[in-house]
Amino acid sequence: MNDPGPALQARGLECVRSDSLLFSGLNLSVRTGQVLQIEGPNGSGKTSLLRILAGLTPPSDGEVLWRGENILRRRSAFLSEVSYLGHQLGLKAELSVEENLRLSLALNGLSFSPVRLAEALQAVGLAGREDSPARALSAGQRQRITLARLILSTATLWILDEPFTALDASGVTLVETLLAAHLNRGGLAVLTSHQAVQINGGLIKLALA
Amino acid sequence: MKQVTGPFLALLKRDLLLAFRHRGELANPLLFFLIVVTLYPLGVSPEEALLRKIAPGVIWIAALLAALYSLENMFRSDFDDGSLEQMALSPYPLSLLVLAKVMAHWLVSGLPMLLLAPLLALFLSMPTPALTILELTLLIGTPLLSLIGAIGVALTVGLRRGGILLTLLVLPLYIPVLIFATNAVSAAAAGMPVTGQLYFLAAMLVLALTLAPLATAAALRISLS
Repeated sequence: MNDPGPALQARGLECVRSDSLLFSGLNLSVRTGQVLQIEGPNGSGKTSLLRILAGLTPPSDGEVLWRGENILRRRSAFLSEVSYLGHQLGLKAELSVEENLRLSLALNGLSFSPVRLAEALQAVGLAGREDSPARALSAGQRQRITLARLILSTATLWILDEPFTALDASGVTLVETLLAAHLNRGGLAVLTSHQAVQINGGLIKLALA
Repeated sequence: MKQVTGPFLALLKRDLLLAFRHRGELANPLLFFLIVVTLYPLGVSPEEALLRKIAPGVIWIAALLAALYSLENMFRSDFDDGSLEQMALSPYPLSLLVLAKVMAHWLVSGLPMLLLAPLLALFLSMPTPALTILELTLLIGTPLLSLIGAIGVALTVGLRRGGILLTLLVLPLYIPVLIFATNAVSAAAAGMPVTGQLYFLAAMLVLALTLAPLATAAALRISLS
């Protein structure tokens, strides 16, 4: 891409939740190849900020720009380039791993291929678990399904809310490897985490008070 | 413009699969429908003339309450487990996905009632011409109940105790459906023309089909934010 400007930008964001001001006048910009880590104590508005950046919650004031255009105005174009991993994983306990991933592919207009699915599950350490119901998996394993969703997605912007919570040491390394590969492909990511993220270059931080 | 039938069918299929894996819950509204109707001859009077007279109202009120009863689950689990967020983040119009969910809801709650109704109508000794019209009104009316109900559910899904509010929101909008439907069936039983009522119901269905998914999608975005 020739465009040297930041892909994701926010100007003068303000967030009010239950009558209390979480932040205001917040500016940020993330370029391709960068990870923005949002830090701050509990209740400082990290999740709220991520939801605003994903377009789930409209900000009380300010705007979020994706490639220079307001995300709420060009929602469909923006959303086709975003993958969001929230506190709730968006998995159905009654459905198998494969059925869960099939739906998220379909919702994003991507075609399903058994080979790619097997590769993605292999990468996240769930090889051969296609038919296990999500209910039968541990919290960490369910989190790994969402990582498989990230691998299968073609999104440029990853928005990850506490991606490390339920994961073991190998899972943390896995997320870091995935992030590094994603950045190499020209992607960008915004995440919240209470732990240090090991990424070579491209890590910028934003602290919320 | 990308192919929109893919996500629509995928979501419809998923909801039907989920319903199938929760067969117990699936049977609840239907049982409710069955029980309410069968209690009438026992509770009011087994007299044939009376039953024939009240049959349209009894069946339609039971269908309406059963639909109301089944509504709450429409978006609840998707809201709780984050699936709804993922739908809202799909590049496809949320109203389209909403329509798939409403259709799945109708297929598992409205359609079984449609199939059971003739049996119950015979049980209440409803004459055959009225029975055909009853089926027609249910065919037009039950999707209408699901579509209107979806707006109410979408508005209240973020609330912990939204049940009573949902009823208050939705019930007034159900009343016209009830009036036109029961009126059509009673008229048919009396041998009078019913096209007027049926056209009115059909017009309401077309209106709901076009507008309810948009309103529901907007309400869901508010509930999610």
